[in-house]
Amino acid sequence: MSALGLEAIEITKRFGDFTALDRVSLTLRPGTVHALLGENGAGKSTLVKCLMGFYHADSGEIKIAGKTQKVGNPRDAQGAGIGMVYQYFTLVPSMTVLENLTMGLGFRPGRIDWRAERAKLSAFLATMPFGVDIDRPVSQLAAGEKQKAEILKQLYLQARILILDEPTSVLTPQEADEMLGLVRSMAVEGRLSVLIITHKFREVLAFADEVTVLRRGKLVGAGKVNDLGVARMASLMMGDQAAGDHAGRLERESGALMLELNNVSALDDAGNPALRRVNLQVHRGEIVGVAGVSGNGQTALVEVLAGQRKHQGLVAVAGEAFGASRKEIWRHKFSLLPEEPLRNACVGRMSVAENMAFRNFDRPPLGGGILVRRAAMQRQADDLIARYNVRTTGPDAPVATLSGGNVQRAVLARELSGEVDVLVCANPVFGLDFAAVADIHGQIVAARNRGAAVLLVSEDLDELLELADRVVVIFAGAIVYETSRSGADRQAIGIHMAGHA
Amino acid sequence: MAGDALGWWGVPLAVGAGAIRVSTPFLFVSLGEVVTETSGRINLGLEGTLVMGAMTGYAVSYLTGSPWLGVLVAGIVGALFGALHAAICSLPKVNDIAVGIALMLFGTGAAFFLGTTFVAPSARHLPSIPAGFWSNVPQIQAALKVNALFFIGVAVAPILAWALKNTGTGLMLRMVGDNSEAARAAGYSPLMVRLWATMFGGFMAGVGGADLSLYYPGSWSEGLSSGQGIIAVALVIFARWRPMACLWASLLFGGAGALGPALQSVGVTGGYYLFNAAPYILTLVIMIIACSPDRTLAGAPGELSITK
Repeated sequence: MSALGLEAIEITKRFGDFTALDRVSLTLRPGTVHALLGENGAGKSTLVKCLMGFYHADSGEIKIAGKTQKVGNPRDAQGAGIGMVYQYFTLVPSMTVLENLTMGLGFRPGRIDWRAERAKLSAFLATMPFGVDIDRPVSQLAAGEKQKAEILKQLYLQARILILDEPTSVLTPQEADEMLGLVRSMAVEGRLSVLIITHKFREVLAFADEVTVLRRGKLVGAGKVNDLGVARMASLMMGDQAAGDHAGRLERESGALMLELNNVSALDDAGNPALRRVNLQVHRGEIVGVAGVSGNGQTALVEVLAGQRKHQGLVAVAGEAFGASRKEIWRHKFSLLPEEPLRNACVGRMSVAENMAFRNFDRPPLGGGILVRRAAMQRQADDLIARYNVRTTGPDAPVATLSGGNVQRAVLARELSGEVDVLVCANPVFGLDFAAVADIHGQIVAARNRGAAVLLVSEDLDELLELADRVVVIFAGAIVYETSRSGADRQAIGIHMAGHA
Repeated sequence: MAGDALGWWGVPLAVGAGAIRVSTPFLFVSLGEVVTETSGRINLGLEGTLVMGAMTGYAVSYLTGSPWLGVLVAGIVGALFGALHAAICSLPKVNDIAVGIALMLFGTGAAFFLGTTFVAPSARHLPSIPAGFWSNVPQIQAALKVNALFFIGVAVAPILAWALKNTGTGLMLRMVGDNSEAARAAGYSPLMVRLWATMFGGFMAGVGGADLSLYYPGSWSEGLSSGQGIIAVALVIFARWRPMACLWASLLFGGAGALGPALQSVGVTGGYYLFNAAPYILTLVIMIIACSPDRTLAGAPGELSITK
């Protein structure tokens, strides 16, 4: 089994009038690690989906080991030796690793000889640089182990070209380094060629030999990582756009205690502990970042603050117990931007104007009596749309028709437009492009500068280190580590994120 | 007299015997629905399928004189109903629960419409197996005359449980039901798998219906099922999608259903209707225990619309 090369030549893919890929070429040399760089919406996923046979390119060809290959569906790609590890996990959670990997080998309707399958898989694992417990259900594996199991599955299916789609987004820095290091060692041995989709320069520099950069569906640069360097790659990726320069953080002393969690515990939907005795204080004029690998209680934490989840222990705002009732939210000027705002903070079929009025439609000037004043609501929406740069066909458009970044902006406009004393944000820039990220980060820092107490929950450690005054680490539902911005050490944070402390 | 000698012992005996007799339709419907739901779809139309199976089974047995042919045809009609459900659910933006309710009404309505001529005549029944041959107490012998279909159902439960774990088909079903994206990436077609799984569920429900009309109560009338198909769907949730648990749950519901007649047989007539309502009350209680609002259901297939 040895590595194969792959060439994509002048691939063009259109969706209606929109050209997602415009004559993009990419060359993956056998036995190398190749990074595919680009911001969100640059066409990385589209290109890879063409390689995997999920999409059919309008023109262009794909060569594997020098021979033109037609890839009509994912099965063809697998047959040609291409294996892909997706951003979301594709292993079946309720099945064990053994069951999952055996299923991947192809469909045999009858009885499965588990003894033979186990022997076969064990023999294969013995040749691999890393292993995983094959009798554990996948749902019980940590994210890093799942990722390894996904990679093992592709290799078990005889993949000789491995495509990894943002493989480290759910891993701790240590897990990410370990996983990429293992994959790289297999490439160096000549067993694999690897294509990594990423937007993290650190990983590109440490693990990739060559890089291809896309911007807005076009190939804008390619070459050896060492020749290009970070500055050149960044400018290729972002074009003329100014790099994320957020609204300047004012040096200020943090003020009075605003948001306090005292021994807060909560259960998740399955009845297991999601939060264990969480203690947390956020002061005026301070951003406290909550770091952690996804699935360690962040969702429950935000749900408790939003009043969506039952809890034990005390949540207090400005010294008073806080139950997230409408009255309390208004009195304490409490704002919350949950993750997936379209699902958690909007009613998709209602208009942008109506969604923007959720906080204040029952108060003057919009309401207060029985009727809601549509004209005032419309005026408020026009004003917010202009101020927060929300791109919509108009205030009457259903909010679900907006793009992700604009839904985020619309909710942020609603939550930040009045006075804010407490702001809770969960993954506020997930999946947004650079311009939107800079914009939203700017708004959050501005709220802090005005004296709001901000709790920022994020799975992106870079974002936290950029914005937060203090960072705490959540692991298995408990706060396990705390550090100030100035004393922050990636390594230490990573170790606590993995629960290895 | 032996009957007097038995006295109050007749009640547990009658409940036990009734559990076996009444549980057979529950068992077949729930085992079929376990397969359907494991593939990630819920078919509420099984109530209609059950009634349709009862009608066709009875009609075929009456016309041909062969109750087993009736069972087979009832199963086939059930499978066709399952295929109809699956086909409609394959269309984009169709909700399986809404389709199920529509098919439930359609199935019962169609059965009443087509079955009016078979209300009066009597068809040949399914044979029963004298499992009480060892006893010389006539009540025990009578109580343990067990329907042949019951034994088939009891055999199917462990076979299904084994097959879901140890065959490629079983793994494929679970994969489609738990993570259809993964199944698609592995080259399976979730819609096709669900079609077959829903057809299997329909087949079993049809057979369960034939048991109603050809064994117990053993005639065809409009009020024959009185919601047993729906109770069986609820029972699947109670059994946490495990075939063997479906067997025990069916016996429990069967026993509850037999409580009223059993008490009546020893002369307790007060609260007769209350005891007859036992299965419905049991369903309610179990659903309240099993479906607490702030917990999702452990063991539920991930693609099921009620757990998503």
